[in-house]
Amino acid sequence: MFEKITRFELHYQSDGKMKKSIAIAGNSGLKVRSDCEIMLELKSGEGIIIDLTSKVKALYGESIKRLIAEILDFFSVKDAFIRINDSGALPFVIAARMESAIKQLINTDLEFLPEFLNENLYTTTKERFRFSRLYLPGNTPGLMINAGLHSADGIILDLEDSVAPEKKDEARILVRNALRQIDFHGAERMVRINQGDRGLEDLHFLIPHNVNLVLIPKCEGADYIKKAEEVINSINKKFNLKNQVFLMPIIESALGIENSWEIAHASESVVALAIGLEDYTADLGVTRTIEGNESFYARTRLIVAAKAAGIQPIDSVFSDVADMDALLQNVLISKSLGFEGMGCIHPRQIAVIKKGFTPDQAEIEKSKKIVQAFESAKIQGLGVVALGSKMIDPPVVARAQKIIDLAVRLNLISGDWINEITSVEK
Amino acid sequence: MPIKTVINAAGRSVPLEINGQPAIPFKGVGKHKPGGRKYSPPIPACSDYPDDGNKVVGSLEEALRKCGLSDGMTISTHHHLRDGDLISNKVFEIASSLGVKDLIWFPSASFPCNDPVIKYLDDGTINRIEGSMNGPLGRYVSEGKMKGTAVLRSHGGRVQAIQDGEVRIDIAVLAAPTADCFGNAKGTGGHSACGVIGYAKADYLYATRVIVVTDNLVDFPCFPMEIEGNYVDYVVVVDRIGIPEKIISGTTQVTKSPDRLLIAELTASFLVKSGILKDGATIQAGAGGTSLAIAVFVHQILKEKGWKSKFGFGGSTKYMVKMLEEGQMGFILDAQVFDLDSVKSIENNPNHVPYPVFNAYNYHSKGNLTSMMDIMILGATEVDLNFNGNVVTHSDGYLLHGIGGWQNCLHARNVILPIPLFRDRIPVIVDEVTTLCGPGELIDVIITERGIAINPLRKDLIESVKGSGLPLKTIKELKDEAEKICGVPQKPKFEEDIVAAVKWVDGTVIDVVRKLKTM
Repeated sequence: MFEKITRFELHYQSDGKMKKSIAIAGNSGLKVRSDCEIMLELKSGEGIIIDLTSKVKALYGESIKRLIAEILDFFSVKDAFIRINDSGALPFVIAARMESAIKQLINTDLEFLPEFLNENLYTTTKERFRFSRLYLPGNTPGLMINAGLHSADGIILDLEDSVAPEKKDEARILVRNALRQIDFHGAERMVRINQGDRGLEDLHFLIPHNVNLVLIPKCEGADYIKKAEEVINSINKKFNLKNQVFLMPIIESALGIENSWEIAHASESVVALAIGLEDYTADLGVTRTIEGNESFYARTRLIVAAKAAGIQPIDSVFSDVADMDALLQNVLISKSLGFEGMGCIHPRQIAVIKKGFTPDQAEIEKSKKIVQAFESAKIQGLGVVALGSKMIDPPVVARAQKIIDLAVRLNLISGDWINEITSVEK
Repeated sequence: MPIKTVINAAGRSVPLEINGQPAIPFKGVGKHKPGGRKYSPPIPACSDYPDDGNKVVGSLEEALRKCGLSDGMTISTHHHLRDGDLISNKVFEIASSLGVKDLIWFPSASFPCNDPVIKYLDDGTINRIEGSMNGPLGRYVSEGKMKGTAVLRSHGGRVQAIQDGEVRIDIAVLAAPTADCFGNAKGTGGHSACGVIGYAKADYLYATRVIVVTDNLVDFPCFPMEIEGNYVDYVVVVDRIGIPEKIISGTTQVTKSPDRLLIAELTASFLVKSGILKDGATIQAGAGGTSLAIAVFVHQILKEKGWKSKFGFGGSTKYMVKMLEEGQMGFILDAQVFDLDSVKSIENNPNHVPYPVFNAYNYHSKGNLTSMMDIMILGATEVDLNFNGNVVTHSDGYLLHGIGGWQNCLHARNVILPIPLFRDRIPVIVDEVTTLCGPGELIDVIITERGIAINPLRKDLIESVKGSGLPLKTIKELKDEAEKICGVPQKPKFEEDIVAAVKWVDGTVIDVVRKLKTM
């Protein structure tokens, strides 16, 4: 049972003359897991006193205290009282909470960085699949720890809407540590930054830690993309980093939709355009419906802009996490419009979304026949391609080829399928 | 003088004497055969009982007095009323008010609602508990506050201890949702229905005195009788034997945790790919959220493949009932039911059959139901590198769970433990279990969200899933992975004092729990 720490800090802050000497970071409470709340009070001449309440005290009490002492020493804090309510936080979480508390009281550019896992040292490509991207609130460590196990194409640590305004600063530090310490198991490492200047500041906590892709919320024009790119380039230069950081603007307003082409080709780094329908429908002053007639234009407009720029159009999240059948229907509509991926807000949605965007067996077989007919017509020098009694136009072949390419990339069929079929027939 | 200890066949240091009685160290699985004849209660004479069959007395206190309640007696109760039990505590409240001392409480399990008995442990009414201990009671015992030494037995081990005379019940106080004046009783009907009361069978057959307590007295005969009135001394009628919503969870729910669902999905996938799940396979899974999810996945697979499980063994839930009703399971044999759908099913479906642990789990029975099961899904608080399992203590050393049927179920053909690799930073796989409850030779597969470890002894299973694409790892690899994430935990420190003995299914001592060193 945790005793909630009283928030003295407000009292201190309201008194203009008094220098703030108490800070609180993190979360505690009955429903909180894998997190901790740390209260730090700077003292003078009393040394370090740590008061630890933890459900794992018998197993990790000593190591938690050692970690806290190490961090305080790192930031040259010699005299302080620290009270910790711990619900089984992993070391990188404890470190983030401690650093956040310290930085509320002390002005410093130092960063206490946990070890960077070698497993996370990978890059991604512009063309990779982005069928499913799992959103995780950026200040809730319990949801992050096993996120990589659910086989999403991407994992988004979110600093924007899922983080309360007063928790924005500590979330940055937590997300930074998570990028270093959580094994993403090959998922594309994504972060959604905040809007405006705060979003640009966020980048300093992300770019040096091998983030693969940054999502830019409420994007309304190419300007912000260019600004973000400048900041990223300057950070890369400062740290001598070579990794490419991709951008995925999220369009969530009427103005954004109007400017979607401009946004789509604002930079080489932009690899996808996502649509955010909750905010978009709010901007239009209409209700978001399951049928989605109110956003049909926006969705198709965004798809056309993305396809014209050669990047991926990505659909909005589906918010009923219990209804997998409705989700699948939604995915199939999405796919039929031309979207190439969708956001997830629960790991159970990942498999359904992936299934929906993957070509099914019938589609693949039909495409094989069309491509095969085209190839053999070519060999025979025929100008017209026919499948049975049906004539096949070039665009039909092109579409079939796209499905085949997708199936090959998904390992559903061999890259050499056409020769394999012929050799069997021989 | 300290009690002499020896190293048993599992390598654990155990005492040769517990609570002043000689104790036999664990000899190995299936090795101990006590011989002799079963214990039997005193011979009664029907002429001592009322001719009209009416054994109802005015109060529980009167019944206890008439049974000769006195110092040092062993009092048994069953746990079918679960956390809604209003009778067990009452027995000791009466005993305490009568100034009776040093009783031994022999419940089939205890629940948080039984925490008030701590008062009667403190005032000397109760010397010790021989049965499962959870929450505050476990804490109390771990801190060395109980006068006697606790004895932890499996559900089957409890029947074994009664039958071979290791435990002699003086008075069995058996709460019954429905009973008649003669003492016939059942688990259904009334407002405290719990479905079945099969755990009370050994108690009423072997106790010297038997009291049935009911809040739903019906005309003779109460039928079908799970407790037979011919073994009953007195019947007591009270307002309430239990709190209905705490007896049966209205509905049991599949886990919503994505990680647990992942474990369940991996388990189902393992069952299919290894060939363990096949047409006719017999299945037992518990009522935890992960087990229920596994049941749902298994049901889907049976349906898709057109297979049918010959029978399933309960505690049943609505998910198992659904398999029965939709034709993917032939029978449900049941020692306890967990939700309202199951209560309804056992009342109405002739293929949903009460099957007491007396038969299913008992070492002194001529054959064992659990060894006939193909698929056994169990949990554990800890598993070690040798696949040994712990279910009674946490890694911090505190006694927090009963054994339940866990040890008995280890005899199934394929014992599978779907467990998270760590819980709130606490790794589940350890070098050596804090308390040994089940030998590793009986535990076949550990399934975690980060990989599956198969016991090297099961070469057949390892062979069966070769090239299956399942994330197979060694148990050492799983342990290292957890410690890389969580850090290496420090070990709890214990004193020499033994606070509880853990019995194996045959009555031998497999391990002990020692008093926790508190700072």
